[in-house]
Amino acid sequence: MKKMTTAFTAGVLALAPLAVLAQDSSDPIVIPIHNWSSQIVMSNVVGQILESAGNNVEYVTTDSQAVYESVRVGDVTMELEVWEGAFGASFRAALEKGGIIDVGDHNAVTREDWWYPMWTKDACPGLPDWEALNACAAVFATPETGGKGRYLDGPVDWLKHGQERVAALDMDFVVINAGSAAALWAEIGAAEADKKPVVVFNWTPNFAEAVWPGEFVEFPPHEEGCDTDPSVGVNPDALYDCGNPATGYLKKAAWDGMEAKWPAAYATLEAISFTNPQIAEMAKLVDIDEMEPEEAAEAWLEANPDVWGAWVN
Amino acid sequence: MVAIPSVTRTPMTRNRTAIWLLGIAIVLTILQYSGVLPAWLHRIPDAMIPPAAIWLDVFFNFVKDDLGLLKFTRFLTAGLENVLDTSGNIFYGKRRWPNLGPIPWTAIAGVAVVVGYYLGGWRLAVLGGGTFIWTALIGQWKIAMETMSVLVVAAPLAFVIGLSLGIAAWKYAWVDKTIKPVLSVLQTLPFFTYLLPAVIFFKVGPTAGAVATTIYAIPPMILMTTLGLQKVSPEVVEAGKMSGCSKFQMLRHVYIPSARTEILVGVNQVIMLCLAMVVLTAFIGMPGLGAKLLAMMGSFKLGRSFEIGVTIVLLAVTLDRMSKAWVVKQPEHFEKGTSWVNRHKTLVLAIAVFIGFTLLSFVLPIAGTIGRGQDFSQGKELDNLIKGFLAIDIVQSITYGIRYFLNVWILNPFRDFMLSIPTPAMIMVVAAFAVWLGGKREGVIAVIFFGLVALSGWWDRSIITLYSVLAAVSIAMLLGIPIGVLAARSDKWSQRVLLACDTAQTFPSFIYLIPAIMLFGITATAVVGSILIFAMVPLIRYTIEGLRTVPPEMTEAADMAGATRMQKLVNVQLPLALPTMAVGFNQAIMFAFFMVIIAAFIGTQDLGQELQRTLAGTDLGKNFVLGICVSLMALTFDLVIMKWAADKKKALGLP
Repeated sequence: MKKMTTAFTAGVLALAPLAVLAQDSSDPIVIPIHNWSSQIVMSNVVGQILESAGNNVEYVTTDSQAVYESVRVGDVTMELEVWEGAFGASFRAALEKGGIIDVGDHNAVTREDWWYPMWTKDACPGLPDWEALNACAAVFATPETGGKGRYLDGPVDWLKHGQERVAALDMDFVVINAGSAAALWAEIGAAEADKKPVVVFNWTPNFAEAVWPGEFVEFPPHEEGCDTDPSVGVNPDALYDCGNPATGYLKKAAWDGMEAKWPAAYATLEAISFTNPQIAEMAKLVDIDEMEPEEAAEAWLEANPDVWGAWVN
Repeated sequence: MVAIPSVTRTPMTRNRTAIWLLGIAIVLTILQYSGVLPAWLHRIPDAMIPPAAIWLDVFFNFVKDDLGLLKFTRFLTAGLENVLDTSGNIFYGKRRWPNLGPIPWTAIAGVAVVVGYYLGGWRLAVLGGGTFIWTALIGQWKIAMETMSVLVVAAPLAFVIGLSLGIAAWKYAWVDKTIKPVLSVLQTLPFFTYLLPAVIFFKVGPTAGAVATTIYAIPPMILMTTLGLQKVSPEVVEAGKMSGCSKFQMLRHVYIPSARTEILVGVNQVIMLCLAMVVLTAFIGMPGLGAKLLAMMGSFKLGRSFEIGVTIVLLAVTLDRMSKAWVVKQPEHFEKGTSWVNRHKTLVLAIAVFIGFTLLSFVLPIAGTIGRGQDFSQGKELDNLIKGFLAIDIVQSITYGIRYFLNVWILNPFRDFMLSIPTPAMIMVVAAFAVWLGGKREGVIAVIFFGLVALSGWWDRSIITLYSVLAAVSIAMLLGIPIGVLAARSDKWSQRVLLACDTAQTFPSFIYLIPAIMLFGITATAVVGSILIFAMVPLIRYTIEGLRTVPPEMTEAADMAGATRMQKLVNVQLPLALPTMAVGFNQAIMFAFFMVIIAAFIGTQDLGQELQRTLAGTDLGKNFVLGICVSLMALTFDLVIMKWAADKKKALGLP
């Protein structure tokens, strides 16, 4: 075993002149992969950037909420997409416990909420107001939901609290959780042919806005404490009686031991900042062009050398 | 002679108790509908529900942090990770020690041919080789090997632990006594309940997956080992003792070889369960076939799901047939003086093939790995084909019609009705069922078990779970029993259908989601559909077996009495086949409880969904409470039905 390590170290040292980041540990940097495309591609992009700089990178598929616990204990090294609306709470909880650090924001501004493609407005003209949506709930009914409307929420592990919001605002909707992000696109795609009205969970930046023009449903605006204090928001007795933040952050997070172990990689991570169009583009490569994630990452890196070149130096 | 009156009398009082219970339940429900039932009798008030999840969390946290269990398991994790890294390197070229892999696909396929030929002749050789060649050519080699690399660690682990515990349980009565109830709970506990503790204690990724898989596969190994050892005949034991064997020698050279068949059947079950579970660990981020299948099904890419499904099924069938052939194959004995090479022909040949193909892959890279774009996958084309088929107006109106009919007329009303029944009434209905079929003891157990479910605070979701199970199993019976009856009419068809059922039972449960999603999309109907297909297999199988094992004297007597075919079936064959069919019914219910939880990923509103949600956090207590709810409901059915089948068999004088 010792021999192997020595041989391995020797190998790494031999490569040292090629690598700018020679002082980084040769242990693999573990990047988590979740269940939506932009995150997967971004993780592969960053992974390939780090690899080209000589780091050892490994990917692990994890739950997008549980990942903060894994980052905290160092099982996972970083998280590239911390969406305020979806993961703000888990991230804050992990920050309080310690072990994870905030590595700054991406340039991107995010919003996640109930969303509909434009043709839905023909069947329910009062949109985007949420009360108007509720009034035409029957338009969204399917055999499974009875007379109530069907709202396709994100996968359960995103903990979107759609169910709680429907209850808090007393809406005539049944919340169905999609199996994956791709199921959401399948739903919109299937509805497109005969312009069937649908309302699904969606977010920006995303490729979907370019393919299917649409709008977010306007819920009672987000207020601080709406998810922790029942008295905040329109329903004095319930949590989640407001929309998600309309201008949320997109952060990067890392294990607090990363800087000491992989200083150069950490510096790169600090510099990384993606914009809304870049993130939408990355999602599109997989969701529309049907590339495999690592292929998509290669394609993106090839097309944008000036963007990521700046982060490495 | 004395037993007969008691057999005939007990059902009378039993029936009366059952009718009483049912009567009270009906009265309570009517009161609920007329709106006079106080709310606390409809559902247990929240304030009265003990916060079991919080207590459990306190307990788990104590064990985890204060007693240092986490430190201990993390220590084990490090060891397991090294093993998995090594097998990962060998199978799919993970960049870890010993940095040798990945093994060329041609070498693995070649070895599979040799092993297949050794175990079962040309047919198995073709099956083994064909499976791996298909996997490589379709472009799924890497993900298949990711799955295999965990399987080769988890299955032997489960085997060793199961064998040791089995021996201990056979040797010491107290071990047997403590282990038995734990095993029955473990076997009905939904798989999702294994996943969260695995992640918390054994780190996210392959280690957690391997641990959850191993633990799930241990129980059948224990049971088969004990069974085999108990069956060893006293003569053999005598012979061993007379030759002066020590205790260990007795075990090693007398007991285990005599119990070889049962132990190998256990091995077969371990392998099959491991494969089924390894695929499911995709839910906690295990890479491999399961993860890809999950992603493809979730995005409705059915062609590609189908291709992965074929790979998984082929792997399952190959592993199953090979391990079964190993059970049947008797150890070879050679004459004294046979050379080592002659005694180990297969081994030598396998090594030669392995080295040959490995060398070939250096010259011809395509024999080593098939790269991106070099495969023959037609997934994207199949996707469009299936999508096109489903978009045809007639197909669409048929599937929509079925969905509409099932949901609006049957499923939703049934669910709403079950939800409207007051909690105590529901418990009484279940108790009545248990008393009627099983007896007083079963009735008491049913009350306790369902009472615990009511106290868990997850009553509504438990009832929705139960509703899906009952609805799907009922429909499965309507379809499966006639198929079984028809098939049992001729030898040829019985054999064919039994073979199909046998094969279908080796499929990992995940596979059953594919056809359901293909027809009904990502809807509640697909959930019922997948449970239905899964549960139908044991129903058909045991119906055929039950009817085929009806003693010929009985059917002949019926023929002589001039019974028509229908009369013979209804009055003679079915009553005699009923105990066996009940076993099938029981299995169908157990399968349904298993499937309904997995189907959470299509989108259910039941315990499964809550369980899946716990995977996103660290709520061990809640996770455990939910799992136990499923387990308690499944166990109630299991106890009652098995008791009934055993009683009935005894009464009918069947073996």
